[in-house]
Amino acid sequence: MKRLTRRTILAAAPAALAFGGPILAARPVRAAGHYDPGVTDTEIKIGNCAPYSGPASSYSTIWKCEARYYAMINASGGVNGRKINFISYDDGYTPPKTVEMTRKLVEQDQVFIVANSAGTPTNTAVWRYLNEHKVPQLLVGTGATKWDDPKGHPWTIGFQPNYQSEGRIYAAYILKNKPDGKIGVLYQDDDFGKDYLKGVIDGLGDKADAMIKVKASYETTDPTVDSQIISMKSAGCDVFINTAIAKFAAQATRKSAEIEWKPLHILSGIGNSVAGTLKPAGFENCKDIVSDFWLKDPNDPSWKDDAGFKWWLGFMNKWYPQGDKSDLNNVYGPSAAATVVQVLKQCGDELTRENVMRQAANLRDFTVPMLLPGIKINTSPTDFAPVKQVQMARFNGQRWELFGAVLTGAIG
Amino acid sequence: MTSEQDTTLFAPSGETRAAPQAARLSAGHWVLVGVVAIALVLPFVFQGFVVFQLTEVMIYGLAILGLNLLTGFNGQFSVGHGAFYGLGAYVTAIMMQRWGVPYYWTLPAAGAVCFVVGVLFGLPALRLQGLYLALVTFAAAVALPQLLKFGPLENWTGGVQGIVVDQPEAPAFLPISADQWLYYFTLVVLLVMFAGAANLVKSRSGRAIMAIRDHPIAAAAMGINAPLYKTLTFGVSALYTGVAGALGALAAQFVAPDSFSLFLSIYFLVGLILGGMGSLPGCLFGGLFVLYVPNIAQAVSRGLAGAVYGVIMLLVIFVMPSGAAGFTRLAWAYLSRRRSQ
Repeated sequence: MKRLTRRTILAAAPAALAFGGPILAARPVRAAGHYDPGVTDTEIKIGNCAPYSGPASSYSTIWKCEARYYAMINASGGVNGRKINFISYDDGYTPPKTVEMTRKLVEQDQVFIVANSAGTPTNTAVWRYLNEHKVPQLLVGTGATKWDDPKGHPWTIGFQPNYQSEGRIYAAYILKNKPDGKIGVLYQDDDFGKDYLKGVIDGLGDKADAMIKVKASYETTDPTVDSQIISMKSAGCDVFINTAIAKFAAQATRKSAEIEWKPLHILSGIGNSVAGTLKPAGFENCKDIVSDFWLKDPNDPSWKDDAGFKWWLGFMNKWYPQGDKSDLNNVYGPSAAATVVQVLKQCGDELTRENVMRQAANLRDFTVPMLLPGIKINTSPTDFAPVKQVQMARFNGQRWELFGAVLTGAIG
Repeated sequence: MTSEQDTTLFAPSGETRAAPQAARLSAGHWVLVGVVAIALVLPFVFQGFVVFQLTEVMIYGLAILGLNLLTGFNGQFSVGHGAFYGLGAYVTAIMMQRWGVPYYWTLPAAGAVCFVVGVLFGLPALRLQGLYLALVTFAAAVALPQLLKFGPLENWTGGVQGIVVDQPEAPAFLPISADQWLYYFTLVVLLVMFAGAANLVKSRSGRAIMAIRDHPIAAAAMGINAPLYKTLTFGVSALYTGVAGALGALAAQFVAPDSFSLFLSIYFLVGLILGGMGSLPGCLFGGLFVLYVPNIAQAVSRGLAGAVYGVIMLLVIFVMPSGAAGFTRLAWAYLSRRRSQ
């Protein structure tokens, strides 16, 4: 995975020659010896805020897992000889605490970058602060589309497939498989739900107005989404895009079975957990639902002999034995951390914040063990959305079965 | 809860016990001058981040002061003051970012809005006592984050996205950073509002407010208009916490429904009890506790941060059963007894 670029070699050679001497002075002015705060010859400080307490604390295993991944990297020599010092603070998913903790990371701990901090509201709270102080807000841990904004916020870059690109993929799937379908969309009445809806509308293009018959929203406080489902059936919809979170996705699935409405059911990535949605909805009601994935589901037995899965299992057993091996979050953690490490590797010895953003915008066909085969991480100075591809899967009554080619959500 | 329990829980503060008052007052004034002098120097001693933290301590202290006026001095429970804090923060954010009002004008507006809402909230509170009132205020704290996401209001509140607030810049003639400016701005607001609270508590109205706390029936028998004072206290309390919320929006430079969860209200209550019910300076200790103890707890052990927090809280309660203010009072009394012997 490690790529030797011309810059790395140029930078490494004189550094090696000057070993024992005044390292900084011996290096060529252009290539090396450029350190921003948080970097020394032996260490790189990475900051992070995550919800170890509070309403979103069930996600916290992601960052515990990341810490273990960095420990593993350090045990094998670090990144270009520098150990990673991963400083992760609890913000309890409350934006004011994120501001406080991020400022602590930047001003007191003097971290080099902030990487994969969690949550949309929390990252929004420090969005401007980090951009004003020119500290990379690397691979934020949220699927909102707004992070892909190289012009307005050149120091922030996303990571996972964003909701809009998922929406576009559903649109493409429908155009291919049911080009004259009548679509009903169920979405949560907030930014993430609207992100999905916008993706679907953009993806359908001129046909959007004609094809989308019902746009039904729900509030997280609603007791049920029954009326939304009934309205879709009575409007004659035969395609159902279900972008609800687990609880409502399950209710919708149950209700449509109850009223014997059998559309082409597309379930979004946010609600496709077997334990969270399909089981409560009843497996018998879920057959032939399609959804999309970008990471290998550790519960899927077909990965049993896959090299990437075996690597992950080894990592979990050796470095994070207390972690739950059926939890997709523990797949997400090392995947994000590996991408951070790749960016730092590409920086070579020019460890400036500017170069970090340059390299983060210069990921070419990068892959990590638990990404689905064929999914590549690509970025460019005008594309700050690293993972854009997903693969569709169909529920066979027991588990998800991947099918078809890897799809890309970008327009054009 | 019986009224007998009420009186033991809200033990009267030191100021109301008369004996060596003259001597203590002057000493108290010296302490105040010293504290303000130190507060004035602090932003030049510490770096920007610590200045920001101290600003937040003052803001939380002010919010707790609001709660203290209601709970500590008037004996009405509120588990929902986070809602007033959030309301104040949103008033400031909306006025600044949607209507372009300068930040300093938003503070009186936030206070006024919260005062009105507080008074309206105080009306049903007249019929509810103790735990029942606590439940109603609890409902306010639960409802606020969802109201902020409510569709028709979204054009103003920005829904879950929240509103990014511009940081107030220091006036051009002052060679200080934005952090330092906000610190001094907050300090001035804090001093003014503390002075206001101190005067209120010492006034005739203040005695009426405390009389209602200590013995509602006796207070009514003495001719105190209990419903009026109770609703007004609710309003003033909400006003204080609302202004704190407005300052909080300026400090965090962002408001979102997730900023004002139920936990915020609980933290205010914790800060109030540990700082000292019915004590004005104790509120600042409460602010310190609210901001720093979670950080200390996670520095000790991240996995057990919640447990460490609980242990620290227990220790504080054991060592200082009447809050930091009560502890200081006891220590002071002990020292002066030693000196006189």
